[in-house]
Amino acid sequence: MIRIDGVTKRYPDGTVAVDRLSLEIPDRAITVLVGPSGCGKTTTLRMINRMVEPTEGSILLDGRDIRQQPVNTLRRSMGYVIQNAGLFQHRTILDNIATVPRLLGWTKQKARARAAELMERVGLDTALAKRYPYQLSGGQQQRVGVARALAADPPVLLMDEPFSAVDPVVRKGLQDELLRIQDELGKTIVFVTHDIDEAIKLGTKVAVLRTGGRLAQFAPPAELLSAPADSFVEDFLGADRGIRRLSFFPSRELELQTEPIVAIDAGADRLASRATAPYLLVTDLDGRPLGWSEPDRLTAGAVEPDRLLDFGRPFVPGTDSLRTALDGAVLSPTGWAVAVDGEGRAVGVVSQQVIGEAIRAAHGRVAEQADVGAGR
Amino acid sequence: MNGFFDLPSDLQHSYLGLVGLHLREALLPVLAGLLVSLPIAQLCVRFRWIYPPVLGITTVLYAIPSLAFFVVLIDYFGQSETTVMIPLALYSLVVLVPAIVDGVRSVPPETLAAAQAMGLGPVRRYFQVQLPIAVPAIVAGLRVAAVSSISLVSVGMLIGNQGALGNMLWNAQTYHRPALAVNSVLTIAVLGILVDAALVVVRLLLTPWMPRKGAAR
Ligand SMILES: Nc1ncnc2c1ncn2[C@@H]1O[C@H](COP(=O)(O)OP(=O)(O)O)[C@@H](O)[C@H]1O
Ligand SMILES: [Mg+2]
Repeated sequence: MIRIDGVTKRYPDGTVAVDRLSLEIPDRAITVLVGPSGCGKTTTLRMINRMVEPTEGSILLDGRDIRQQPVNTLRRSMGYVIQNAGLFQHRTILDNIATVPRLLGWTKQKARARAAELMERVGLDTALAKRYPYQLSGGQQQRVGVARALAADPPVLLMDEPFSAVDPVVRKGLQDELLRIQDELGKTIVFVTHDIDEAIKLGTKVAVLRTGGRLAQFAPPAELLSAPADSFVEDFLGADRGIRRLSFFPSRELELQTEPIVAIDAGADRLASRATAPYLLVTDLDGRPLGWSEPDRLTAGAVEPDRLLDFGRPFVPGTDSLRTALDGAVLSPTGWAVAVDGEGRAVGVVSQQVIGEAIRAAHGRVAEQADVGAGR
Repeated sequence: MNGFFDLPSDLQHSYLGLVGLHLREALLPVLAGLLVSLPIAQLCVRFRWIYPPVLGITTVLYAIPSLAFFVVLIDYFGQSETTVMIPLALYSLVVLVPAIVDGVRSVPPETLAAAQAMGLGPVRRYFQVQLPIAVPAIVAGLRVAAVSSISLVSVGMLIGNQGALGNMLWNAQTYHRPALAVNSVLTIAVLGILVDAALVVVRLLLTPWMPRKGAAR
């Protein structure tokens, strides 16, 4: 465990970048430092690998002061990933990744074999091994940065806004990849970002810092959203924290209805038997949703898929959250969300009202747990 | 007798011998200049405040005429190649020091931060990161220094036949053979072009990592 203990950093020009910060960073989890630009995130991160020395306080790694071991030994045990990757432009992708293993004295052959293995792990085609950084896209370079940090299998990974400079689509891919890799490897990750959505998506625990380098709140993301410590945290979370909080409620328990689902080849009597529903969801012959229709607009054997109403974005019960379900319901002109299985076949539909009740129930459970937790 | 490449015997060299001598007298000083510039430039990068005075000194050295150097140096080294080469080496500093400083400073700060964070100490950072990335800038400086050195060697003729191909200019006058002067000037120009081209090739070989013109990103 990394323990930051009453750490202050005052730069020679008098700037206090970090002010009496104490944090316990749990093992094998992603701890996110988030806050506005200039609030001391980079300074905090760099104190962990001693690129910046604290003015006051100490940092302990597994109970030992990090100053007790040679600085470069410490650094080689901590992977470091930064914005724009900071790759060595004069080395091939493979040699970039092999840097730390080589420093640790591995043979060239072994280091390169390890590097190739890591390219696969971070989703890079090994055909890129002999390329130079300028020949890669920004997203690929960032993957190389992650692979390079992981090369010597360090227990700790320090990441400073690693995905800030890539476009949103690539960023989402990189975030998902990081979560997947973390599932496999279980590193102790300290992740810096100014993007609260990224913090909430990636963090097991999130430390919100305010300008002047003071800790505003240190909590799991769901707790941050449900109980922001003060107005600074609340403002920083943004206006739609209620909606975003729904990401932490599962859609598993939503009660799905199956009667309003009809296949495109449904006969007249079948259509007639379902006519009480306000809308019917028409599926193709494999059961994949095509769109909504009012029952009386459907004529057996003559359904034109083009004339159906949009069914929004379906959700997968059990995998997706109430936020996705609500989003699907809001997107659909009928106000109903479509639930699908892993193959995209419709397994049920659910109305906004039912989702709303599920949200209220989920809030109730959280409040109960909080009461139990507080010993009330 | 008296063909274009036949030289008067007082030059004490064949044509090709003079070419070899010329290259040595021109390029050894540039090499020496490079070896001196590397540590000076590194000091200038490390301690920013010494860069302006260092630039001032190299500029002043460059402004001193070679004859003035010769007057002083002859007392120590006589009418020798060394006397010709020392000023040339000093002249090369005026291009090499800023070229290396710019090259080393062109290393992106995040690259240096990454190197530091991975546990490369200052010496490794210099040799494994800063210097290789500075190669294009250093070679650009070397090209200017080498070509100007090749043309400057000729003044060595003033201290008794130490100007290599430049000595032919002197002989052209003494023997009334203008062809010798033409030969000297042409050969020096061709050497300049060839050395310049060779340095371009060296740079291409040393920097396979640089984006080539027209290469897709
Ligand atoms: N080397 C330095 N010297 C002086 N001030 C610095 C230095 N590095 C950072 N700062 C200042 O410290 C504060 C925190 O910086 P930083 O840790 O980089 O913030 P963040 O990463 O959260 O944007 C800022 O006000 C910044 O200007
Ligand atoms: Mg920062």
